[in-house]
Parts: sequence; structure tokens; C-alpha cells
Amino acid sequence: MRNRTGSVLFGAIAWAAALGMAFPIIWMLITAFKTEAQAIAIPPLLIFRPVLTSFQTATSGTAYLSFAINSVVVSVGSTVLATLIAFPAAYAMAFRPGRHTQDLLVWMLSTKMLPPVGALIPIYIIFRDAGLLDTRTGLVIVDTLMNLPLVIWMLYSFFKDIPHEILEAARVDGVGTRQQMIHLLLPLASPGIASTALLAIILSWNEAFWSINLTSAHAGTLAAYIARFSAPEGLFWAQLSAASVLTVAPILVFGSLTQRRLVRGLTFGAVK
Amino acid sequence: MSTASAPASVSIAPDRSRVRRARRAGALLLAPSVLLLAIWSIVPLLMTLWYSLEHYNLMSPGRVFFVGLRNYAFLFSDSSLRSAIENSVTLVASVLILSVVLGTVFALLLNNEFPGRNVARLLAISPFFIMPPVAALIWKNLLLDPLNGFIGWLLSLAGLPPVAWFTRFPMLSLIIIIAWEWIPFATLILLTALQSLDSEQIEAARMDGAGPLSRLRYIVLPHLGRPAAIVVMMETIFLLSVFAEILTTTAGGPGDATTTLTFLVYIRALLNFNIGGASAAGVLAIVLANIVAFFLMRAVARSLNR
Repeated sequence: MRNRTGSVLFGAIAWAAALGMAFPIIWMLITAFKTEAQAIAIPPLLIFRPVLTSFQTATSGTAYLSFAINSVVVSVGSTVLATLIAFPAAYAMAFRPGRHTQDLLVWMLSTKMLPPVGALIPIYIIFRDAGLLDTRTGLVIVDTLMNLPLVIWMLYSFFKDIPHEILEAARVDGVGTRQQMIHLLLPLASPGIASTALLAIILSWNEAFWSINLTSAHAGTLAAYIARFSAPEGLFWAQLSAASVLTVAPILVFGSLTQRRLVRGLTFGAVK
Repeated sequence: MSTASAPASVSIAPDRSRVRRARRAGALLLAPSVLLLAIWSIVPLLMTLWYSLEHYNLMSPGRVFFVGLRNYAFLFSDSSLRSAIENSVTLVASVLILSVVLGTVFALLLNNEFPGRNVARLLAISPFFIMPPVAALIWKNLLLDPLNGFIGWLLSLAGLPPVAWFTRFPMLSLIIIIAWEWIPFATLILLTALQSLDSEQIEAARMDGAGPLSRLRYIVLPHLGRPAAIVVMMETIFLLSVFAEILTTTAGGPGDATTTLTFLVYIRALLNFNIGGASAAGVLAIVLANIVAFFLMRAVARSLNR
């Protein structure tokens, strides 16, 4: 009996903690459906007639749309590119490990440790001279390189779970490397590849440092668009909330889909 | 990639040439990744090192010359470096403590059996998916605004006066926002680790008469040691690079109260156009990050060997 009350109590505390953590997001979602006057009302309004005007103002004009398109192009583009480059590398390391495979993996991870500020100045100057500042190509390049070690590691860790014998049998039967990768590994590892791609999209979509520093009007992503709200004029809370909701919604959906598998990528396979 | 579709004769060929060919194919498959990562990690590093030895200001691009260690001498005599390092340490340490402690508590709570557990887990982890500028601006305006913010209203219910968070407690405000972003990361990792805990071991301890507290103390918490260490190291790497949250809330101020090392490099480089000075600070940031990275790599290399 005592146990029952205990677990009810712990369940209630867990729910309170979860709601507390999510509260800023919930509050943002509520505010997005208010008018600007309602958004700043004190005491805060809980009961009101929801309106879509803030979504209309936030997305009207070309600004929002072009930033959103940039976000999609950059995150999908860099993810596809990183996956294509990483796939053969992860295959080679998982199924044909050499003496130096482990050192190579650790070295790849170590490239992720270079703080972005350490690279900011050279990248900025190279991009300026190459005409890559404020271009989507430039941002795709940076995001691809930024995520490449993570993508290799995560693919490698998923490939390791695939029974070695399947590919070995195919090789003995004379199936070439390319065929093995396309016809065997791709379907066998597709859930892992999908999770890896989702994590790369999430990281690149949310990436703000490079986007803010390397782009302005043309190639800016939504992270740069939202950052513009830091120097606003007039009433803008409902508009900020609406733009934010549209910006974070796809990532929240992706994130909830891969929750469990994310851990592997985020800890470089150290926690499964 | 023509070696990739090697003919079937490979399997009958002498063993040694087969091994060599396989190795060559492996090298070819690895080459693009290795080459790109080598360029990405080495070229900017060398350039930053080089610039840090030069007098180089983007406002007077014609006058670039070698100055040796003078940028470093200036940097180390500059009081803003000291406060930038102090601010970085304060920020990283506070967020680490908050996220490991609360992350452990949340993970333990969410690991229990209760109705709607999956939804609750998702809610608790959701802040991790919010992009930094959104997180910072929602907190700065909707929640922490002194007059119209939700938390201001809660304080007024308790009869407390409004607080101008970002001018009176700029660092604390940043810590709150950034901890909110990173507690879910710790929760997620530790929760995953808890799920791999052997339930038979717990059951056996219970049969032996171990109460819930001693089970927690002697079985559960020790099991979380390694994942917690990984959380600490991963978060340190990311927290040293926190940028957008500072830019969109305090812009490093008031004064230099919230200027971290990362933000100092940004100010020097892109606002003062002082490439030489900024690069010297950048080199310092790299050195600091590498000290942390060294320990992280050791932990990861060890997990590879298991």
C-alpha cells in the first residue's frame, strides 16, 4: 500500500518536472496565438480567443520565407553531402578494420574539439576572398565539415551492429564493394542511417554561430532570422513566438522520432 | 572508385594480393573523409596561429606585418582577458553542476513506471531541440522581462518587486537559459544509461534487504558515473563555444560582465576588425578546449576497447 502511494507521488513529481522544463516552449506556443496586446498582458492571459495574425505577420513579406528556404537547403544539403562522404568511410572502418582504424576514429572525433572561434577568422577571410560569404554554398560546406566526424562515428557505430558474416558471405560470393554497400548495407542499416541523418539535420538547422557570422541578407538561415529579434522595435512578442514556433516545430518532431538513437551520436557511441 | 567493383577472381587470387587489394580499396573509401577533415582541422588552425603573430587590422589592410608575440603580450596584459576567462569558467562550471545534478534527478524520476511516462520524457527533453536564439529570446522577453514577463508576474504574486534580470544579474540570467538548454542533454544520456542497468542486480540487492536509498547509493549512482563523466566533457566542449545566447541577450555586457572567451574573439575580430589580437585569443581558446578534449578522447578511446 505504501509502495502504491510512493509511486503515485514520484509520478506526480516526474510530471511536474517535465512540465516545468517544457513550460517555456508551451508558453511560447500559447503566446504565438495571441495578439501583441494580449501577449504582454499582466496578469498573463490563459483564456483568450486564439488568432493567427501573428503567424501572418511573421511570415508575410519575403524575409521569413527566404530564410526558411535557406535553412532547408543548408541543413538537407549538408546532411546529404556529409552522409555520402561518411558512408564509405564508416563501411571501411566497420568491416575492414586495419591496424590504425581506432586511432583514425579518435582523430576524427578530435577534429570536433576545435572550438569554432578558433576557426572563425581564417574561415571568414577565406570565404571573403573566395566570394563565399553570405552564400548557401559556403554554409553547406561549413555545416558538412562540422557534422562529418559525428556522422562517420554514428554510422560506424550502427554498422558495427550488423553481423559481419552477412557481408563476408557476399564478398566470398564475389559481390563487389560498391554492390555490398548499396544492396546490402544500405537496406540493413537504414534505420541507423535515418537516425544519423536526422541528427545531422537537427544540428545543422539549429546551428547559429556560423550562420550569424558568415551570412547576412541572402543566405541567412532561420537561426540568423530569429537572432534579429534581439533588437526589435515596438510590440513583437507574439510575432517572435509565432516565428519561433514555425522554426522549432520541425526539429521537435524529428527529435522526438529519434530520441533514443540520438544518444549514440551525441556521445560518440560511448553510451548506448 | 573502379577498384570497388573488383571482379570475382579476387577470391581465388593469392591471399596476399587479395589482402593488399582490400586494403587499398579501404584506403580509397576513407580518403575523402580523411582528407576533408585534415584540411578542416589543420588549415584554419595554422592560419589562426599565423595571424596571431601579425599586426593585421581589416580596417587598414595595407599595413600587415609580423610582430612576433606582441599580440600575446598585449592579450595577457589586458584585463578583459582575465574577466573573459573568469566568465567562461563561471558559466561552464555553473551549467555543468546544474545539468548533472538536475539531469540525474530527472533521469531517476523519469525512469520510474508512471502513467504517460513517454510523453513526460519527451517534454523533459524537448528544450534540447530548441535553437539557441529562440531559447534566449523567449527567456529574455516572455519569461524574464521585468514588467511583462511571466516570472516577473510570479514574483509580484509573492509580493516581490520587479527584477531587471539582464542588467542586475546578467551572468545568472545567462546561466539559467543555458542550463535550461543543457539539462535535457544530461537527462537523456543518464536516462539511457539507467535503462541499461541490470534489473536482476537491483532485485538481488532488494532480496538481500537493501532499502531504496542504499540501492541508489551503492548500485544506481555508481552505474551513472561513466555516463555522467561523458556528459561533463561533451557539455564542456559545447559550453566553451556558447555564442548566440550571449549575442541575443546581453551582447557581452553590461560592461564585460558576460563576455566569455568565445565572445571576446568575436568582438575583437568582427566588431573591432583586429585580426591579429583576435587570433591570439582564438589560439588560447583552442588550447583550453584541447585540455578538456584530451580527457574526453581518453574516455572515448577506452570505451572503444571494451
